Amino acid sequence: MDAIFLQILNGLDKGAAYALIALGLTLVFGTLGIVNFAHGALFMLGAFCAVSLNKLMTLSTKVEDTSVTLFKAYKEQPYLEIWFPDMGHTLIEYSVPLSILLAIPVMILVGIAMERGLIKHFYKRAHADQILVTFGLAIVIQEVIKAYFGANPIPQTAPEILSGSADIGSWLGLGQNVVYPWWRIVYLLFSGVVIFGVFAFLQFTTYGMVVRAGMRDRETVGLLGINIERRFTLVFALATIVAGLAGVMYTPVLPPDYHMGMDFLVLSFVVVVVGGMGSLGGAVLAGFLLGIIQSFASMTEVKAVLPGIDQIVIYLVAVVILLVLPRGLMGRAGVMDD
Amino acid sequence: MKNGTMNDLTRFAIFAGVVLAMPLWLEPLGANYPDLLQKFAIYGIFAIGFNILFGLTGYLSFGHAAFLGIGSYAAVWSFKLFTMNAIPAVIFGVLFAGLLAYVIGFLSLRRTGIYFSILTLAFAQMSYNLAYSVLTPITNGETGLQLSQQDPRIIDSLFVEAGAGLPSTNLFGMKMSGYPGFYFCAVMLIICFFISMRIFRSPFGLMLKGIKSNQNRMNYTGLNTRPYALTAFVISGMYAGLAGSLLAVTDPLAGAERMQWTASGEVVLMTILGGVGTLVGPMIGAGLIKYFENIFSAFNNNVLADIFSFLPDSVSEVVVSVLGLFVGSGWHLTLGLLFMVVVIFLPGGIMEGIDRVISKFRSSRQPVADNKTVSSQNQPGE
Amino acid sequence: MEKLVLHLDNIQKNFGGLSALKDVNLQVEEGTTHAIIGPNGAGKSTLLNVCVGRLKPDMGKVTFDGHELTGRKPHEIAQIGVARVFQTPEIFPELSLLENVMIPAFSKRDGAFRLNGYQQLSAQGELRAEAEHILEDVGLQELMHHIAGSLSRGDKRRLELAMCLILRPRLLLLDEPTAGMSRHDTNRTIDLLKQIKSRGMTKIIIEHDMHVVFSLADRVSVLARGQIIAGGTPEEVREDPKVKEAYLGGAH
Repeated sequence: MDAIFLQILNGLDKGAAYALIALGLTLVFGTLGIVNFAHGALFMLGAFCAVSLNKLMTLSTKVEDTSVTLFKAYKEQPYLEIWFPDMGHTLIEYSVPLSILLAIPVMILVGIAMERGLIKHFYKRAHADQILVTFGLAIVIQEVIKAYFGANPIPQTAPEILSGSADIGSWLGLGQNVVYPWWRIVYLLFSGVVIFGVFAFLQFTTYGMVVRAGMRDRETVGLLGINIERRFTLVFALATIVAGLAGVMYTPVLPPDYHMGMDFLVLSFVVVVVGGMGSLGGAVLAGFLLGIIQSFASMTEVKAVLPGIDQIVIYLVAVVILLVLPRGLMGRAGVMDD
Repeated sequence: MKNGTMNDLTRFAIFAGVVLAMPLWLEPLGANYPDLLQKFAIYGIFAIGFNILFGLTGYLSFGHAAFLGIGSYAAVWSFKLFTMNAIPAVIFGVLFAGLLAYVIGFLSLRRTGIYFSILTLAFAQMSYNLAYSVLTPITNGETGLQLSQQDPRIIDSLFVEAGAGLPSTNLFGMKMSGYPGFYFCAVMLIICFFISMRIFRSPFGLMLKGIKSNQNRMNYTGLNTRPYALTAFVISGMYAGLAGSLLAVTDPLAGAERMQWTASGEVVLMTILGGVGTLVGPMIGAGLIKYFENIFSAFNNNVLADIFSFLPDSVSEVVVSVLGLFVGSGWHLTLGLLFMVVVIFLPGGIMEGIDRVISKFRSSRQPVADNKTVSSQNQPGE
Repeated sequence: MEKLVLHLDNIQKNFGGLSALKDVNLQVEEGTTHAIIGPNGAGKSTLLNVCVGRLKPDMGKVTFDGHELTGRKPHEIAQIGVARVFQTPEIFPELSLLENVMIPAFSKRDGAFRLNGYQQLSAQGELRAEAEHILEDVGLQELMHHIAGSLSRGDKRRLELAMCLILRPRLLLLDEPTAGMSRHDTNRTIDLLKQIKSRGMTKIIIEHDMHVVFSLADRVSVLARGQIIAGGTPEEVREDPKVKEAYLGGAH
């Protein structure tokens, strides 16, 4: 019982990352009709926003180390700590959550530049062309990041008070060994807020209403004289922000490296397709579902019975779902039927 | 179906001549060493086969690397169990790839469009992950499958005493490294090209083009599209298996990374770069990518600094540091940019570019109206 | 009296809560041309979709010459000898006109699937001659090597008609074959369809243009709100007050 509960919890945080990436992917696909293979790279860019901010904040200079009294010693100290002795330290400690403030404008700019500069020209091209050009872009982004940040993962730390684990087991009257890292709880809550935010935006604003109408029937909305183009740009930027924020917040869980985007992209695409292309609810549902299934498959008890199942379970589930349900879990008729 | 200027036999003869003479005409480009020439031929086969599926039927598979990988594994096992002769290895490679392609194709072809692409991707990733983990007894996991002194080699052991050191692959006694290896691959490539050409010009090929163009109409015309598409899928899988087994023939080891989805992406790029649905385009695309990969990854900042040493120091430093991003380990950046440039500016690939140049050249000499009929007679298959 | 070759028995089809076809019964005599008319949204195209297997009816069955068509796949129905011209032409836009007609020619000769990868197209003289002949019939032989996608809308319809004719179907379904055509082209198509009539092919035609209906049809059925409300010879239908009310009345 405890083990099952723990596996569900473990699956949730990975599932949340899948869900957030898949949400943007399917939003872009549903409204713009674009299959964006560079979406994983956006997730990775978000993560590197956190890395950059941390680097920026910890820009250091040599100062005399006063703790050493025998001889003149020097140590590296961040400028921030020199300028604001107390504040500075706290700021650095909170660099990951603070990166959100950096990531939002950066991701908006990236999103707008990408949509206006590239994606716009591919609205009427075949899906295969879209896949290929965004795949190329993903490689470019990835390689540029690699050139500047190197190939090795760069660990990021969560703020100190969130670095331990919550003893969820004792709260809920379960066993002693059900512990769950605080940061993952934060990540889950954060994902919930973002997912809720996106849905609320689409559900309760007129802007969102137009976008939803566009997902149903783009032509008609265009005929109504609504400037779809500008909204497309915004939808794309929104998807970019969601991917970026997912990336920022995921850095303490998984040290970012240049190919994390590709790793997540392939799985996120599977998630989108399983959820049903163009279905937002489907993407979120499938994201959590596959995350949890994957986490169960990595249990030693399961692996003992079905060796290697943890390696393939997501793909296996995807194949089965696609063969049984042609349009995924929640796909609508008419989307990508041909 | 007719180009007017060239019939298929001449086209084939020219192709064969050009391929066999590669060591000669690639010399000035510094690409005439056997390792690279073998790669040209092998990836040419891979791309030509991929094109039979993608170019003719329009089904974009993102999982063809799985067939390349299984071809390599089957070939190495043939070396280990039976004989170092290349022929059985190639036959096993093609056979197993064909079987796997039949299973994957049978399931994936139930869906079209992006669903098909994702299904093939999922199957290939499963194969890759399995090759890395559970199937280690067969694939030797991360290390990769290699020859060893203890291998039984049943057939070989009947004829010759096992010598000291690892035996090398051969074709009835002829060692399959260096130029003989290249010529073996080149002959395979020429055979593959011939088959591909026959398919392009056959009623079967026309049916595949029909599937790409309008699957609905095919059905309402009384044609069952699935067996046609499945046959194309299996054929292209067998081409990939052949390419994989040749990789093992020229260098007898097989690793799981050959099955990774980036390898599938690479063959897509080769095909697109050369020209989807054209006969020789994919071969050209494969050659260019392997050539540039070789050239670019060999460069490093020191080489660049040498080249630009004629510039003033400050300028040369900037040039070198910028260009340095694109060469050596940055070769992938160049590849990504190339990908984008081709899709954006030259969707028809290099073959379309050549066509455009030729038709411009012609229209400057001929009346415009005449040129129009010529270009409309040029089928996508030319 | 010729034999009845096509039977539609109690066909029902609902889309969600909307019933598109309600208990439709129809019999068509062999070798005749049967027109189905009716206002927009009456369910005419749905009826054809049920016949060719694009839609599965909720109830009822379609039989053609003893073969039950309901539940069969489109390519099986086509192999039985049912061909269809669509409202928006379904052709192979990237291929040449000749290739467009060659594909159905192979379907007629080789069936639903044949692995003929080693034969060469250039060796198919007989089929090619037949294809050129059909293109000549519809007046497109001069454009033979052009790409089908570059044709005008009217020419695309004629190409699609040629693609269906080369199948030598025993039942040809035409969904507004002259829509969007000039008067001149319409008359040419009427002549062509009259010509085929003499070859003993059964035809069902959906048409808005009364000129076409009265020139071609032996019998007419009127479909309104998913039901057949009248039927008979063109003259009888023209005089039927119910029809006038449902359709002609509104149009005149």
